[in-house]
Amino acid sequence: MSLHEKSIAELAGALRAGEVSSVELTRHFLDRIGRIDSALNAFITVSEELALGSAEAADQRLRAGEGGPLTGIPIAHKDIFCTDGVRTSCGSRMLDSYIAPYDATVVAKLKEAGAVVLGKTNMDEFAMGSSNETSWYGPVRNPWDTGRVPGGSSGGSAAAVAARLAVAATGTDTGGSIRQPSSFCGITGIKPTYGRVSRYGMIAFASSLDQGGPMARSATDAAALLQAMAGFDPRDSTSAERPVPDYSATLDDDITGLRIGLPKEYFDEALPADIAASIQTALDEYRRLGAELVEISLPNSRLSVPVYYVVAPAECSSNLARFDGVRFGHRCEAPGDLEDLYKRSRAEGFGAEVKRRILIGTYALSAGYYDAYYLKAQQIRHLISEDFRRAFEQVDVIMGPTSPNTAFGLGEKMDDPVTMYLNDIYTIAANLAGLPAMSVPVPAVGGLPVGLQMVGGYFAEARLLNVAHRLQQATDWHLAVPPAAA
Amino acid sequence: MSLERADVEKIAHLARIAVEEAQLDGVARDLSNILDLVEQMNAVDTQGVTPMAHPLHMSQRLRRDEVSEVDQREKFQSIAPLADAGLYLVPRVVE
Repeated sequence: MSLHEKSIAELAGALRAGEVSSVELTRHFLDRIGRIDSALNAFITVSEELALGSAEAADQRLRAGEGGPLTGIPIAHKDIFCTDGVRTSCGSRMLDSYIAPYDATVVAKLKEAGAVVLGKTNMDEFAMGSSNETSWYGPVRNPWDTGRVPGGSSGGSAAAVAARLAVAATGTDTGGSIRQPSSFCGITGIKPTYGRVSRYGMIAFASSLDQGGPMARSATDAAALLQAMAGFDPRDSTSAERPVPDYSATLDDDITGLRIGLPKEYFDEALPADIAASIQTALDEYRRLGAELVEISLPNSRLSVPVYYVVAPAECSSNLARFDGVRFGHRCEAPGDLEDLYKRSRAEGFGAEVKRRILIGTYALSAGYYDAYYLKAQQIRHLISEDFRRAFEQVDVIMGPTSPNTAFGLGEKMDDPVTMYLNDIYTIAANLAGLPAMSVPVPAVGGLPVGLQMVGGYFAEARLLNVAHRLQQATDWHLAVPPAAA
Repeated sequence: MSLERADVEKIAHLARIAVEEAQLDGVARDLSNILDLVEQMNAVDTQGVTPMAHPLHMSQRLRRDEVSEVDQREKFQSIAPLADAGLYLVPRVVE
């Protein structure tokens, strides 16, 4: 089995046994990136020197009998995480020149765990998008069909993992940006409970929704990565002061009697029959594994998209106010006065979708409109959360499709922003409620990956990973290899 | 909800983003479409519902009022578009 097909545990074993060194492993992936990434554009920055330096340090630790499960393992970071000394662009012209002067907590924790960073992955600009087509650095292509999108906004990370250009990668999810690309690229991704993973150094889009998480080829690998990423951080005022369980320890737990809730709103006539059939195949497998399927209702879930497109733009308009051409990032040429400096730097630095969202957010928060839009949205957000709370009184986990479609063609949905927004119809509610949610591969449709989404109760990441792992032990859908990975 | 050019000009000024004359109509149209989507919220009666600002109903954690950061001004200013003598330089604001 080639090195890039091995799991994190298998690689850790090989590294420990001296069968391969981290430097060799890292070169293997850097080589693959060199050969394959021009067709995918999954990476914005490849940090070869830094990677090899970390790999050598990892080899030293391993030789001394030290290190943990991630020591020497090559990963990639979504270019939204500040990495000290490395360009951190957020997929935007605004930050094309920004060399981060510090490490995000997620980056520091993974560095501490000994992971080797191959580079920074491409993404929708400022995490705003569902196709990775809004990036200043050009779109990412889906390793399953390079004429199609990988999903977004963590499209680069998804494509890199699927194409075996990195063992695993970090992503972020504000409205589905880990889960939807995981679904489109056939990989396993988890958005943890809000507050589980520190947002310090993770460039902010919508502060009450953003959450960083792992993207990998299996629940087992995702568990290993999440273990290192999760935990309380005093530097993030929204960080949860809750101990992190051992995610790997409970992966094999028996799921007999697990109650799986199926929201009737997610399985209506709007869901294409072939995707519904694929989801059903996975649900049948869960029944075989001893789970009980229960129909539930999330009546306010149909309002997720409108609510999100008030809350997220409102919060982004505030967060992106810091990009003003003064302290970092893009500045326009020859500003006439301060107002000109701000207006032109921002007009030039931001792409169309980002500007649209800032403008809508500004409008929603402006005098006279705050009650009608932002306040109303936060009230409905409460109702959506209540729907979940009630549902979790009857079931342990909620399942459904991650996306209403498989990967669409590049350029297909760029004409009307609202068409693109509807992609997030199943994923957004979990962000609004702050609940943990995962996407795992189920049988492909038309040769393209399909994702099964599972939502858990607050801080139930261990349970979700366990439920996902049991499916992956019984099936092989998550092992499929895309053409681009050859 | 339909936005006019004048609305876009006003919002763009608040957001400090320059929008060219030629783009105003297109932006107005895009924003109006988004507002149509958002209008769906009006279908729900939210009388008496508490707005949810934070998923976990947390409140702001406090810390002791002690200096905990190290001065890294030079490092941070080294990436500024224009800085000198410890100052970020911008066009003159006060006459």
